[in-house]
Amino acid sequence: MTPALSALTLTLAALRVVATTPEYGAIATAVGGDKTTVVTLAKPTEDPHFVDAKPSHIVTLNRADVLIEGGAELEVGWLPPLLEGARNAKIAAGAPGHIRASEGIQLLDVPAVLDRSQGDVHAAGNPHFMMDPQNARLVAQHLADAFCRLDAGGCAGYKANLTSFQGKLDAKMADWAAAFAPFKGTPIVTYHPTWRYFAQRFGLVSELYLEPKPGIPPSPPHLAAVMQTMNEKKVRIVLVEPFQSRKTAEAVASRTGATVVDVCQFPGGLPGTQNDYIALLDADVKAIAAGLGAAK
Amino acid sequence: MRSLLLVALALPACLAHAQETPAPPPTPEPAPPAPSSPAPITIASGGAGKNYLNISVDGLIAVGASTEPDVEGLEVGGHDPAQRGFTLQNLELVFDGAVDPYFKGQANVILQITPDGETNVELEEAFATTTSIPHNFQFKVGQYLTEFGRINPTHPHSWDFVDQPLVSGKMFGGDGLRSVGVRVSWLMPTPFYSEILVAALNAKGETATSFGSVFGESQFGYPINPEDVKSFGDMLYVPRYNASFDIGDTQTLVVGASAAFGPNGTGPGADTTIGGLDVFWKWKSARADKGFPFVKIQAEGMARKYEAADFPGFTTFHDHGAYLQTVWGIKPMWTVGARYDTVGGDIGIDPTDPRFQPRERTSLEGTWYPTEYSKLRLQYAYDGRTGSPNASSVWLQFEFLLGAHAAHKF
Repeated sequence: MTPALSALTLTLAALRVVATTPEYGAIATAVGGDKTTVVTLAKPTEDPHFVDAKPSHIVTLNRADVLIEGGAELEVGWLPPLLEGARNAKIAAGAPGHIRASEGIQLLDVPAVLDRSQGDVHAAGNPHFMMDPQNARLVAQHLADAFCRLDAGGCAGYKANLTSFQGKLDAKMADWAAAFAPFKGTPIVTYHPTWRYFAQRFGLVSELYLEPKPGIPPSPPHLAAVMQTMNEKKVRIVLVEPFQSRKTAEAVASRTGATVVDVCQFPGGLPGTQNDYIALLDADVKAIAAGLGAAK
Repeated sequence: MRSLLLVALALPACLAHAQETPAPPPTPEPAPPAPSSPAPITIASGGAGKNYLNISVDGLIAVGASTEPDVEGLEVGGHDPAQRGFTLQNLELVFDGAVDPYFKGQANVILQITPDGETNVELEEAFATTTSIPHNFQFKVGQYLTEFGRINPTHPHSWDFVDQPLVSGKMFGGDGLRSVGVRVSWLMPTPFYSEILVAALNAKGETATSFGSVFGESQFGYPINPEDVKSFGDMLYVPRYNASFDIGDTQTLVVGASAAFGPNGTGPGADTTIGGLDVFWKWKSARADKGFPFVKIQAEGMARKYEAADFPGFTTFHDHGAYLQTVWGIKPMWTVGARYDTVGGDIGIDPTDPRFQPRERTSLEGTWYPTEYSKLRLQYAYDGRTGSPNASSVWLQFEFLLGAHAAHKF
């Protein structure tokens, strides 16, 4: 959406919501319904750690009633200068309109020691918690509470939307769990530790990464070690996201008899998942389960 | 409990003794959401916002050689390579954080080792910015790099080249235009990004070279003896306007116009005016990995009108300069870039002062970033000078960044 158009539509709704990344935008849309307009800053296909702090984002944030961020340092490289430029007290740190989605979520991989020789570790823990649909369920609840506080008049609507979203999610949860039932304890390879929460939820094991350390690009010796482990443990799929190097994933897969599976952590990053968290998870589950099934 | 542990571990003194404890086992069901009370006021940058103050240390080291033996005379920046061999360009200590719900604060202290081995300490910046003034206003107060154009407000470690553009050195001296003062900015209610900034600053000192400057210096051959402030007219005023437009989903354009008005130190009533235009364009792939690939182009031009006091009356000099640079982020962590610099205009009454001689320079660079916290850059530059021999220079630059460093503006 162009800034001009978004500024225009932003003025018509009860709550103008800005989400840092598309999964929060999708859930805000599901909970907010027609009482909110939602603008997302990061593109679903780009690396969320390195979004440009573009001036147009400052304008978007300046006119927002609500900001939803992960709050686990994923956006630390670009959100602070945007907020400083936006000079909007409604979404300043600590304001009721500033929602940190990670609040109340049990984060994995919290480092015992902050040491960048271990790669780009996040002090708060692994920020990719939204890949567990149960965490998305909690965030939806969190958003509904926040929207109710900010727009009491729309509260009944937000609660109804929340119930509807959680109902759909719960129904899908059963399907997704069933899809992974045959694959309990199956190891997978991913590029970055993005799928730790997803794997934990569905009984997969995500401990092998193409990156030698978080945020450090794959190196030949590390890939050789990964391939050896893949052969030993019979790992059959390599997950890759739109912005990650498919070439590296293909090279590893072709030498180990594994399959590359295209997945994404953000709605809109896969066909037919635009602004729809449940559709995204559904596409990811189907792709991964199909990859595991074909490899059996 | 775990947050308390993290706070303790964040203290360097404790780090040395910290035992590596395994992360607690993940609970199968996530905890219910915390009561949605407002979070404490923190700056969300590093340390998961668990510190009141972010601290970072940035080291910038260059090694190389030039056909010109007087490297300090060749390079125009105070933090550029200063000699053949090694130069510690700067060691920047940055402290920043939220002061209270109304202000953010930041201080940048620079340490530098001169060619004589002396360590210089420089208070580069120390300022507070308001966070909650209504109607889209924002105030900044203290000592800071003035928002004139694109290069001046930035620090050497964020530049795309080893050294500063020639035009910055000509107009603002080796350390940029910065002074103690106050700046107000207004984000305008337009559909696109549009901001007006106006600063009022002290006009004297070695970081206001085109203006009051320092006793004993000279400009256009005229000796400097700055006056004390007698009225509002004796301050330095720096207005700026900048606007930005997104072109589709992947391109961004930023345009700006700046000016600086103030008295200069050649005598009573003598004024300097500098005007500048700048443009920045960037393309970034919609599937960017670590922000790559991208292409960016930046250009900036300035013109100066300098009235030198000639008793009685004034002699007016005009000079100008510009640079055009482009950087291509080829693939994650690799860039190549090229820059063309030119300066020219009136020389003044001292033909031996190299600062006022016309000059052109072409620079080529290639950079590898092992991570976003370190970089290794190789740069070649060819200088075409008037009144001095042409020069070829090769520099290898290394940067390391420790701690929680505030993210840079676009």
